[in-house]
Amino acid sequence: MPLVTEPNLDAPDSFYEALIETHRDLTDAQSHALNARLVLLLANHIGRLDVLQQALQAARASGR
Amino acid sequence: MNQATAPALSYASDGASIQRHSFGHRRSADQDAAALPRHPVVVVGAGPVGLSLAIDLAQRGQRVLLLDNDHQLSTGSRAICFAKRTLEIWDRLGVGDAMCAKGVQWNVGKVFFQGELLYPFNLLPEPGHDRPAFINLQQYYAEAYLAVRAAELPAIDIRWQHSVVGCSQQADGVLLAIDTPEGRYSLLADHVVACDGARSPLRAMLGQESQGRVFQDRFLIADVRMEIELPAERWFWFDPPFHPNQSVLLHRQPDKVWRIDFQLGWDADPEAEKQPERIRPRVDAMMRAALGRAVPFELEWASVYTFACRRMPRFVHGGVVFAGDAAHSVSPFGARGANSGVQDADNLAWKLDLVLRGVAPRALLDSYGPEREDAADENLLNSTRATDFITPKSAVSRLFRDATLDLARSHAFARRLVNSGRLSVPATLHRSPLNTPDRDGFAGAMVPGAPAADAPLADGRWLLRQLSPTGFSALVFGADGSAEVAESTVAAESAVVAGAEGLVPVHVVHLPAEGLAAERYDARPGTVVLLRPDQHVCARWRAPTAADVAAALRRALALD
Repeated sequence: MPLVTEPNLDAPDSFYEALIETHRDLTDAQSHALNARLVLLLANHIGRLDVLQQALQAARASGR
Repeated sequence: MNQATAPALSYASDGASIQRHSFGHRRSADQDAAALPRHPVVVVGAGPVGLSLAIDLAQRGQRVLLLDNDHQLSTGSRAICFAKRTLEIWDRLGVGDAMCAKGVQWNVGKVFFQGELLYPFNLLPEPGHDRPAFINLQQYYAEAYLAVRAAELPAIDIRWQHSVVGCSQQADGVLLAIDTPEGRYSLLADHVVACDGARSPLRAMLGQESQGRVFQDRFLIADVRMEIELPAERWFWFDPPFHPNQSVLLHRQPDKVWRIDFQLGWDADPEAEKQPERIRPRVDAMMRAALGRAVPFELEWASVYTFACRRMPRFVHGGVVFAGDAAHSVSPFGARGANSGVQDADNLAWKLDLVLRGVAPRALLDSYGPEREDAADENLLNSTRATDFITPKSAVSRLFRDATLDLARSHAFARRLVNSGRLSVPATLHRSPLNTPDRDGFAGAMVPGAPAADAPLADGRWLLRQLSPTGFSALVFGADGSAEVAESTVAAESAVVAGAEGLVPVHVVHLPAEGLAAERYDARPGTVVLLRPDQHVCARWRAPTAADVAAALRRALALD
């Protein structure tokens, strides 16, 4: 199954706001830990290793 | 001539006398032989792997010479977790009952994080198996029972303090040079099996290496004897308050002995950490966390160890075959060391026997290599992953490890990611050249290459106990000896009998087409599952012909 990289969020701006809001008042260390938990939760939701591997590669390739 | 003066070992020997027991050196007639003595099989190393192999070969009628450089069994508990599959193999070798009678049976593990119980897990969640997921038993007991069994078999010649110091492959066999307290002698072997441990001198003599990763970490093992009331469970702590930033593992052994593993980190001083005054406060702190109070205890044995995950590129080198830690070594998390070594022996014995008898060609023996190298890779993969989870090697690895543990408190999916050791299960030999690929449709785990699953039968009998202890077996479903037998079952049995004709004996096991055994093998009336002498599935059919069975047997014997 190909990784969905076309727009797929039903409310992109609201999601982005919620993501930033989730990190409010956290230290950098706490934010990193939260992000790690978030990745794991989302990975489980996606479930498929082939899709996750594409996401891992896309994330790595998009970095500067 | 030195004779052993200690009383003989028995299945009733206690741990202290086993560890004190000296077998003593005996001069061998080979040392005074006029001509170079010749042996069909020489097994080097009388540990759990070498002893299991020697017994298996002797049960098949082979004459075995077993050499060991020491005169004693294991000192200290060392390998303590023996898995279901190992117990099933030892049942075949006649020592399973002794092991289980003494061992502490357990199926449940608990995982703690920062002092809090995250979740329990059961390693054998399905009933209907004769043997438990694991027993805990000090290695010296396991070795003693194997040594007692070996002594019952006249075909085994065990020579203690006969140390192999030279090994060269020649056109007519493997020439071994052997040092004893009474001097050196030589002999020629058709086959040598090196079961001489992680630091295998034979491996070095052949100029071979085990390759892989060495982990920069140190662990303390403390065996303590104490009177406490805790269940027989495997308790694993990540980052507990009593031993911050490290892991701790608690296990119960027989004789009120508890095994505690403390991760110490690479900078720990191994000599200092072995001292009782360093160990006592660690144990006291742990017991306060586990029980709410410190308890009096006696320190039985302590060791500080490091480990590596590595294997030899190939396990078969002409006349010399490597098994157990000599061929591959893993981290202790997952109990995959001794258990996989006993499976090596299980895989090798029947092949060596049939090749020595001239029933099968050399290619059968060679199949040991790829089969057990694949199994070693599976064990190494699991062991390396567990080690990386338990001892994260980078800040981000630690971040994800802790995130997983935090989520595991309330989210079931994260518990599946927590890795305190993926405990030993036997490898399914998916890629084995001895397998006959499925032609008919089957569901379930009993694919070609899988180790046969046990199941309860009528009258309290167990499936695995019905198999031939030395040869091939065919499970024929649809007849249990009492009910009306379907035509398809009669045809299937005739096909097995006719197919085996002139090849090897095949022991037919009649099983009902309903019930747990049929479920586990996805069987219907007329289904046949062909098992190798080591109880791995090599072929299965819905309704085989004699030609099918013959072709599968020829393939499993590497005749084609």
